[in-house]
Amino acid sequence: MSFLLRRLGFYLLAFWASITLNFLLPRLMPGDPVTRMLSRSQQRLEPQQVEALRTLMGVDGGPIIPEYFAYLGRILTGDFGMSISRFPTPVSEVIASQLPWTLLLGLTSLIIAVILGNLLGILAAWRRGGFLDSIAPPLLVFIGSFPYFWLAMGALYIFGISMGVAPMRHAFSVGLVPGFNLVFILDVAAHLILPALTIVLVSLGGWMLGMRNTMIATNSEDYILMAEAKGLRPHRIMLNYAARNAMLPSVTSMGMSIGFIVGGALLTEVVFAYPGVGYQLLGAVQGLDYPLMQGMFLTITAAVLIANFLVDLVYVRLDPRVRKG
Amino acid sequence: MSVPVLEVQELTVEYVSDERAVRGADRVSFTIHAGEIFGLAGESGCGKSTIANSIMRLLKDPARITHGKILFDGKDVLGMDEAELRAWRWNNVAMVFQSAMNSLNPVTRIGEQFVDVIRTHRGGTRATAMQRAEELLKMVRIDPARLRAYPHQLSGGQRQRIVIAMACALNPRLLILDEPTTALDVVVQQEILEQIRDLQNELGFAILFITHDMSLMLELSNRIGIMYGGRIVELAPSRILHHDSRHPYTQALLGAFPPLHGPKVKLTGLAEGVKFTNVQDLEDHGDGHWVAPTDQPVLSQGEAL
Amino acid sequence: MSQNAIDPQTLMAEEPLDESTVNRARVSATRLLRTLLRNGKAMAGLSIILVFIILALLAPLLFPGDPARITSAGASTPSLQHLLGTTTKGQDVLGLTLWGARSSLFVGFAAGIFSTVIGVLVGLSGAYFGRGLDEVLSLVTNVFLLVPGLPLLVILAAFMPPGLGTVIVVLVITGWAGSARVMRSQAMSIRGKDYVAAALVSGERPLRIMIREILPNMASVVMTTLLGCIIGSIGAQAGLEFLGLGDVNTISWGTNLFWATSDGSLMLGQWWIFVPSGLAIALVAFALALCNYAVDEITNPRLRRPKHATKSTAATTVARKEEK
Repeated sequence: MSFLLRRLGFYLLAFWASITLNFLLPRLMPGDPVTRMLSRSQQRLEPQQVEALRTLMGVDGGPIIPEYFAYLGRILTGDFGMSISRFPTPVSEVIASQLPWTLLLGLTSLIIAVILGNLLGILAAWRRGGFLDSIAPPLLVFIGSFPYFWLAMGALYIFGISMGVAPMRHAFSVGLVPGFNLVFILDVAAHLILPALTIVLVSLGGWMLGMRNTMIATNSEDYILMAEAKGLRPHRIMLNYAARNAMLPSVTSMGMSIGFIVGGALLTEVVFAYPGVGYQLLGAVQGLDYPLMQGMFLTITAAVLIANFLVDLVYVRLDPRVRKG
Repeated sequence: MSVPVLEVQELTVEYVSDERAVRGADRVSFTIHAGEIFGLAGESGCGKSTIANSIMRLLKDPARITHGKILFDGKDVLGMDEAELRAWRWNNVAMVFQSAMNSLNPVTRIGEQFVDVIRTHRGGTRATAMQRAEELLKMVRIDPARLRAYPHQLSGGQRQRIVIAMACALNPRLLILDEPTTALDVVVQQEILEQIRDLQNELGFAILFITHDMSLMLELSNRIGIMYGGRIVELAPSRILHHDSRHPYTQALLGAFPPLHGPKVKLTGLAEGVKFTNVQDLEDHGDGHWVAPTDQPVLSQGEAL
Repeated sequence: MSQNAIDPQTLMAEEPLDESTVNRARVSATRLLRTLLRNGKAMAGLSIILVFIILALLAPLLFPGDPARITSAGASTPSLQHLLGTTTKGQDVLGLTLWGARSSLFVGFAAGIFSTVIGVLVGLSGAYFGRGLDEVLSLVTNVFLLVPGLPLLVILAAFMPPGLGTVIVVLVITGWAGSARVMRSQAMSIRGKDYVAAALVSGERPLRIMIREILPNMASVVMTTLLGCIIGSIGAQAGLEFLGLGDVNTISWGTNLFWATSDGSLMLGQWWIFVPSGLAIALVAFALALCNYAVDEITNPRLRRPKHATKSTAATTVARKEEK
């Protein structure tokens, strides 16, 4: 328990640090960010928009401490201000409509990549020098060297544009009414395949190599030798003894890589015009929608922290050593 | 004389790399009889663990057995295929490893690890396997409730006893103890040895006992082989070895440890720069006492160098 | 196998050593470099990187003038005149790719090196001084590790004045924590070694101990971290620029890809416009990863590929030689 409480405290601290960074960033930059923004912005802004920006950026020059607490209060109640590019929709509303798609894409590809990568790693380490151990690592490292979005562009070009077998954009076909029915679910799945596939392909190598290397280290542990001496069947030693232990570092690193995968998912969304946070992020960047960018940063950070906490919960189930103290 | 349980004949193990092959064990021969405790002693790296692991054929690439025979109850261990080997392991020979502290799977309960080995070899239900595990734990005087514990919740001594209990699970004919007490403090060491002796009286298995600690070795073993550089340099019943050792290396090894009982003795060791190269085959000195001939001076006991 | 003298002390000291730590620590910087030069993977990686660096340096000679100049020869497929074709704006794609290498490699290496240096400083001082300082540094490191990189990059880049310098600074801010964590754990294990204790007792100054005793023994880890940081920086830079958050007026692989999408080359099926820059990023990253792989294999012999395929539970091979 105390392990989980400690982790929870740490996540809260990390979130607080992110909010504070968000608060300080526009205030620490030289010059007046609002004026700079107005000069860079192509479209004309309404006076209310400018006003909303000024409060957010703290250009009004009020005392910083009370302003900071006011800001904290607003964020914690989910008030991220007004979106500029979609004025006057509140930022939280914009994000809420997009977050589910990002979660769907991110989680699907994360789960597939983790399971597949770890399985490949286990098998490669179990048969050192075999086919899987020789071919897969360099190949996957090569694929993993491509930027997410570039592989997405390639996939879209080959399957969407040249072959015409994959949907080109969005998360479901135009004209389809979202609902919980088979037609819609299949359509969503069809739109999910390519973006998820590119994320899986790019991240697979990391998972596989990580698992393979820890498995190789685990294989020289004494309890593996003892299991062999006990005359247990090889697959049982592989799964219950070696993989079960080698999994632990893999789970730990999962927390760290969630943030990374999210980044990849955001960029992939841009390419596929997938209506998640990432696609909206592009819009926010182009429209210089600072409140939206900040809101996205905080939302994604919160999501990553929650995901990390979930990973911790899994870890506690897997490693008896952290359960007490 | 009783039937030999284990016969090791001219066993040679090499660690082969691209450039060269290193001999971990070199033409090592010995026999262990039913119910006997045979000790192998020597400094780190002399090849005693190599012998222990190669008997169960647990050594990994790049190690390979390049010469010799291992017979268990007359059956050729080196000729067994994987399935035979699996069935033979633990059923006939069980092993307690150098770091028995780390030989338990850290993420599964102790009970499961008993069940694992019992059901693999004997089949049966989980419940009967658990029952057997409880008996075994009682045998080593550990509360059967501890079967629900994870390894990290137990002390080093407890873990070691559990491994020993696990080794007895299938009533093997031979138990290999590879430095079973090295990681433990002296008091616990004594308790564990006591326990091993009790279990041996009760169950009657033979023991291959491996250590670098001569005082433990003399206390426990019936016969002792002294290893140096992969070879056995002297082999004798422990009483003879203790009082009438003939090889200077044996004498140095005996001189390097304080006796557990009796008066204070000045410790001696091998002189600086003394090495034995090209150790010859053992010669019979009578009474089961075998010594490798050497041109190094033989010392009298207790002499300082 | 045989020691000069047996003393009880060494006989007793049969504690299991952590092989990887020991090996890593013992591989000194110079030996590592020498071994690397004989390693096939490392040489392949280094050659690829070298080729890219040479091409980047030669870009002004091969493609003089402003490569971004808009001409009328828009969106032509690869031909003898334009080996990789032209963009929608009529710029030579090969020229853009080679010029792009200059800023991409510069930013990638600069950000990678700075991140590693900060990582070394934070990790070493945390591990060396321990206690309060270590707690604080670890906490900050872990927070930065946890905060998702890309969204952080975005808000940082959005608020800072655009330019190459900003890109580097932003990449370092998001990139240093990973290396600091690795450095700290490595330095911690070396900090506990006897020779460090000996140096402490003999009254050496902290800075000297850190630089002379601890750092040289971390050579391989510093190397892998540096390579990892450069790979990460090149990828992150490309992502940032792809979103239009870099300086769109400099030519780099990321901005090339940004223009390729915003000009609609992808949708129009003009593959030659977006393939070269992406491939270049991948090749450089792969080359660096190859070097990394090589360092890992050298410092951790267990990772080397065995000669024959072997199952982990295989029994000891019996290979009797001919009797003499």
